[in-house]
Amino acid sequence: MTSGTTPGAIARHDLLAPGGPRITPLALLGLGRAKRVFQRNVVVYRRGWIFIVSGFFEPFFYLVSIGLGLSKLVGAVHVGGQAFPYTVFVAPGLLAASAMNGAIFDCTFKIFFQLKIMKVYDSMLSTPLGPSDVAKGELMWAICRGGLYCGVFICVMAAFGYVGTPWVVLCLPAALCVSFAFSGVAMAGTSFMRSWQDFDFVFLAALPLFLFSATFYPLTVYPGWLQVVVRCTPLYQAVTLLRGLDLGLFTWSLLGHLAYLLAMGAAGMAVTARRLARLVLP
Amino acid sequence: MVSARRLFKHFEELVAVDHVDFDIVRGESFGFLGPNGAGKTSTMRMIACMSPKSGGELTVLGMDPETRGPDIRARIGLVPQEDSLDLQLTVLDNLMIYGRYFDLPKKVIGERAASLLEFAQLTERAHDTVEPLSGGMKRRLTIARALISEPDLLILDEPTTGLDPQARHLLWDRLYRLKSRGVTLIITTHYMDEAEQLCDRLVVMDKGKIAASGSPASLIERYSTREVLELRFPPDAGPSRNALAGIAERVELLPDRVLLYTESGDRALAEVGARGITPLTWLVRRSTLEDVFLSLTGRTLID
Repeated sequence: MTSGTTPGAIARHDLLAPGGPRITPLALLGLGRAKRVFQRNVVVYRRGWIFIVSGFFEPFFYLVSIGLGLSKLVGAVHVGGQAFPYTVFVAPGLLAASAMNGAIFDCTFKIFFQLKIMKVYDSMLSTPLGPSDVAKGELMWAICRGGLYCGVFICVMAAFGYVGTPWVVLCLPAALCVSFAFSGVAMAGTSFMRSWQDFDFVFLAALPLFLFSATFYPLTVYPGWLQVVVRCTPLYQAVTLLRGLDLGLFTWSLLGHLAYLLAMGAAGMAVTARRLARLVLP
Repeated sequence: MVSARRLFKHFEELVAVDHVDFDIVRGESFGFLGPNGAGKTSTMRMIACMSPKSGGELTVLGMDPETRGPDIRARIGLVPQEDSLDLQLTVLDNLMIYGRYFDLPKKVIGERAASLLEFAQLTERAHDTVEPLSGGMKRRLTIARALISEPDLLILDEPTTGLDPQARHLLWDRLYRLKSRGVTLIITTHYMDEAEQLCDRLVVMDKGKIAASGSPASLIERYSTREVLELRFPPDAGPSRNALAGIAERVELLPDRVLLYTESGDRALAEVGARGITPLTWLVRRSTLEDVFLSLTGRTLID
């Protein structure tokens, strides 16, 4: 059984600087005034820190249920010609799914609430802040929050012994990209929502992604045409990227997945800024 | 400070602002009056760079809102029609965070916030959440928030709508103080007493156009008489227009009231008595901006 990714040159070397990557999203994305929007979130959540802590439980639930339950029934899974215990195979998939869910949850309900109910952006946009500052600032926050959860997730993975190789440290910056991709698109989608009823579409989209994106089993389970369909979906990109990094199976295709996710986030960010201008500054 | 020439704004089919001209000079308090849907808020939002114009020319603080939006907004304080306070933050944090949107240093915001809370009489509520505040308190906080950047131009869209008389008078008092400090105010309102109290100059808008402009006193002089005699009759039992002919410059017959616009209400009342007309009650009052407003925009309810 193979992972289904394009076989290519393995580039284990020079991808990682010693000491691991430094996560400084503020420095990466902290363009001009966007950080003011980020700071507002910090102040809001300083009061509601319990909402932040609640997110830490998710990895425990996922990993415990899969590790104690499902893994007993499933044998080793072969990826890239190597055999891995099921828990090691599935953990990075769950990490990707968790990053997606966190991003979607944070960027749909919260953004809709602030946009339509609380009118937070109306007052922001009466200041020198512009729509793209708002979009960037909210994304920065979503990515940081997502990164925090993913960091905890990876620690829990390590504590349970579900980590593939030490390359798992690369999963953290990669998970930030996953968070960026899904946060951007979720925000853009939210800007089109008219009422709370429209959130049914979110679950309609997120659940099949969660279940069918090679999260729980390799892509090769599917017939050929379905593999092609799944390869096009975003969570598949995230799962494959994180799994490849965690298991140390470096192929050039990982860069393709990364590019897909970054493009998705950038597109989402651009659409969000345009929609904000249309909605709040008619 | 603000100059508009043939300023035009439409939302798809609806023409909101129909080729209006006006100039607002530094230090004055300028009012936009008009019924709902007259185009006041649309005009405000264009001045505040929160809505692009559809046509015409607009200059705010010597800059073009289309290209210099953030620079203009940095020098404007906006008090929108609906309070858009950050309900997830405390009173003080509303000021602190809003100040950060203007890139002001924390220390400066802190100092200003303390004096603005004093100004808005909210010092004791500084660490409370915004939600339980009364309507008047929220309004004062919104004004304080708009002042955190020490704007050259303060735009207030219906600042006292929905407030009780005490809260309105307190707010007027605060606005007077700002005016005396040299802040240019732009106020939209449909309260005539508010416009008379606060505005040096105003325009009356109706259906997107400017129907009249001038100082409150000059508008009253031009569009109304010095006094108004109001006579109340039982429903549909009032006198005919003929019976009142010649008593006043203008007569308005309403279902249970008659309004006589005249130089002297007492003299008109004597003449009414002499003609044998006996109202249920009567009242002589000075003409107000409301009379101007109603004569210009009509009595039909606009929604």
